[in-house]
Amino acid sequence: MSSFYGVELKSRLLLGTSRYPSPAVLERAVKASGAEVVTVSLRRESGTGRAGQAFWSLIQSMGVRVLPNTAGCHSVKEAVTTAHMARELFDTPWIKLEVIGEADTLQPDVFGLVEAARILSEDGFEVFPYTTEDLVVAERLVEAGCRVLMPWGAPIGSARGLNNVYGLRSMRAHFPDIPLVVDAGLGVPSHAAAAMELGYDAVLLNTAVAEAGDPVEMARAFALGVEAGRAAYLARPMEPRDMAVPSTPVIGKAALGD
Amino acid sequence: MRIFLNDDMHEVAPGTLAAALETLGFGGRKIATAVNGRFVAASARPRTELADGDRIEVVAPMQGG
Repeated sequence: MSSFYGVELKSRLLLGTSRYPSPAVLERAVKASGAEVVTVSLRRESGTGRAGQAFWSLIQSMGVRVLPNTAGCHSVKEAVTTAHMARELFDTPWIKLEVIGEADTLQPDVFGLVEAARILSEDGFEVFPYTTEDLVVAERLVEAGCRVLMPWGAPIGSARGLNNVYGLRSMRAHFPDIPLVVDAGLGVPSHAAAAMELGYDAVLLNTAVAEAGDPVEMARAFALGVEAGRAAYLARPMEPRDMAVPSTPVIGKAALGD
Repeated sequence: MRIFLNDDMHEVAPGTLAAALETLGFGGRKIATAVNGRFVAASARPRTELADGDRIEVVAPMQGG
């Protein structure tokens, strides 16, 4: 079982809470996914608005652990201040640290990410950095205090799956003892299964479930994909070969030719 | 004095952040705050004096990915 800052989770699927057609569908999707951790965020609220309070009541009723994010932050200062606000609001040291560097791909600003991760780790936060598969950056994040790494599969919300399987495999090999989570870019359960087959500890996704035609059924499908991929990894898949090898024995075959 | 709360201007009596939030309808709400880009913990709001032109951010839980 993988441990995320000392917390052991049975489910290896972490689910986002955004973009669902309704709160009721969100609630059912979380239940169908089996997720024990959901990501949340924080946004401005007016003195008369009650959306945030209603959302928080819903999350609390689900009995899940929350992983707040710093989504939309483009600077270290913004991300650090947002993390502090999230820690107080959600009463957790966990923070999914996003420092966005590029608007079209939402690619992490890895320089800002490392800096923010260091500041927050020193301040007692337990940082889940949204990063790329770059090994040097990953090393810096670990040096900064991160005990979990979350490389992207593909750009957020793109549903492209694992863009760089080689990079993700290298990362798994390079960090055998750090819990690794593929975060972002997954579109279908086979993408999640592929990540798990690489030996990743978990996947984090949102849009692929929330924007599916039937989010609840897709949540269930992703749970199955994650479970299948993990089981396959533990079962140690055979190595691919270039040439065919008959699966049916040749010895004893009837001699029926000329 | 004039303060800006989530970019909207408000006229409030001179005083603390806690008092301004109470006046503007945030009393008892699950929120987090920052003043001029710096986080202000809930416990520090009653002793955080506001100045004319201060920019206050008030955030609440929201859906996220």
